[in-house]
Amino acid sequence: MSAVDVGAALPRAKIEILPALTPLIVALIAAPFIGSASTFVTLTLAGLAMGMMIFTMASGLTLAFGMMDVLNFGHGAFISLGAYVATLVFLPLTAWAQSDSLVLNLAVFGLALAAAVVVCGAFGFVFERVLIVPVYGQHLKQILITIGGSIVAEQLLYAIFGPEQIPIAPPALFRGSFTFGDAAIEKYRIVAMIVGFVVFVAQMVVLNRTKIGLLIRAGVENREMVEALGYRIDRLFVGVFMAGSALAGLGGVLWALYRGQVHASMGGELLVLVFIVIIIGGLGSVGGCFTGAILVALISNYAGFLAPKLALVSNILLMVVVLLWRPRGLYPVSGR
Amino acid sequence: MSAGLVLQGVHTHIGRYHILQGVDFDVPPGKTTMLLGRNGAGKTTCLRTIMGLWKASKGTIRFGEAAIEALPASAVARSGVAYVPETMAIFSDLSVRENLLLAAREGPIDDKRLEWIFTFFPALKKFWLSRAGSLSGGQKQMVSIARAIIEPRRLLLIDEPTKGLAPAIIGGLIECLREIKRGGVTILLVEQNFRVARELGDEVRVMDNGRIVHVGAMAELAADSRLQGQLLGLSLDSHQ
Repeated sequence: MSAVDVGAALPRAKIEILPALTPLIVALIAAPFIGSASTFVTLTLAGLAMGMMIFTMASGLTLAFGMMDVLNFGHGAFISLGAYVATLVFLPLTAWAQSDSLVLNLAVFGLALAAAVVVCGAFGFVFERVLIVPVYGQHLKQILITIGGSIVAEQLLYAIFGPEQIPIAPPALFRGSFTFGDAAIEKYRIVAMIVGFVVFVAQMVVLNRTKIGLLIRAGVENREMVEALGYRIDRLFVGVFMAGSALAGLGGVLWALYRGQVHASMGGELLVLVFIVIIIGGLGSVGGCFTGAILVALISNYAGFLAPKLALVSNILLMVVVLLWRPRGLYPVSGR
Repeated sequence: MSAGLVLQGVHTHIGRYHILQGVDFDVPPGKTTMLLGRNGAGKTTCLRTIMGLWKASKGTIRFGEAAIEALPASAVARSGVAYVPETMAIFSDLSVRENLLLAAREGPIDDKRLEWIFTFFPALKKFWLSRAGSLSGGQKQMVSIARAIIEPRRLLLIDEPTKGLAPAIIGGLIECLREIKRGGVTILLVEQNFRVARELGDEVRVMDNGRIVHVGAMAELAADSRLQGQLLGLSLDSHQ
């Protein structure tokens, strides 16, 4: 037996740390313009909380988009659905939510998250089977049918829950704020940050430490070869789509409690932001989505404070700048 | 362990193009069969159709006792077929280890088999945890072939494994494929390099315009330069 050893000239893998540092760089640049340390801390923490929520909503879409090549403009419907599910949990458990008991507060919050995950995951299954399966590989039809699906879903939500905005508040102990130095920090933002971060860590663990995660990462890069290795990519697609829908629902709960209200078009309104985040991050990249979401939220907050008129276009400008720097996003996935 | 493959009247359409136009041939069990032909003859389409990546619009494909022409690629793979595409199709963002982990469907990687693979491809051991996308072309080909043999398979479909590789690497690949062949695995190998075809092939099938135009023993074709010229537009002497 002879051996082939051609391992002499392997290029060192480049460590792509700079894109991950962009939120920090943006914060450092913004700090002197903001001036007040307490305002800077408040804006930054608010941005981080908002970023985590957007990440939760967007991460499912980036995986579905990256792996299944599906342009799902109906993703926003799952955000709204998750928010409505939260109202269904909070309403009968108002006493728990109003209680001073941390256990009861956490229970109602956890139940709302869990219910949104289950319901949105189940509806995601139906959505994929009924609407997505017939249009795999046909982008134009995907856009049309998923927009159609989201309109139907939105109108159904209005028909079932009524056209009025439904108020919803976080559990009692998550309301209000505390001071850190001179900065006032809303408690709920910390909660949202923790949930978003847990979602991020959980996704990274699943993607990097499990075989399912390996399959998903491989599927994002080359679906056909995953199939040729003997794996049922269609089942993986369904699973990823359900997980993406469930994450959208989870994000919908967080967002509804943050904004204090629920309405059927809230998901659609957030969808543009979600698409900007996944494009900035690099389609199919969860790490890129995380960085992109924080970047978008921080810039939106800083711009809102420093130049309110600019805030209206800050996300678009950010996307233009990022794509000029890295045309395939902060963390492009090979093969896409 | 190995099983034979039989194609009968296989047609494949890709969009409006009619690529395979009634392909008939067999791949005897335990033998290495070379599928030769000019560029565009339909060799890659043939492998992809067998693998289930493109559907045969007509005809039958039998692997052992089973008809596989209607099966999805995952089911074809699970019946014991491994595929090494011309593009290698390694997962660039995954490490070498992760690429092989994914190919080991039945469970954890068998250490003994892995060591056996490392004897042919020591570079894989060296770069075990490196990102596969950062490897050289030859190393990527090693990953692609290692992925196909990380677990025992009954049939290997290999599409131009030596394409673009340096002669030193080709020699090692030939050794590896020869060793796999000794293990009794049936191999269907598309190859443009006639020296490789001659060294490895037991049987040969030649394609042209989506059809099989020659069936025979590789040694016969290698010995007949007139036939080579007629079928392939080359002579072996010019491809030593």
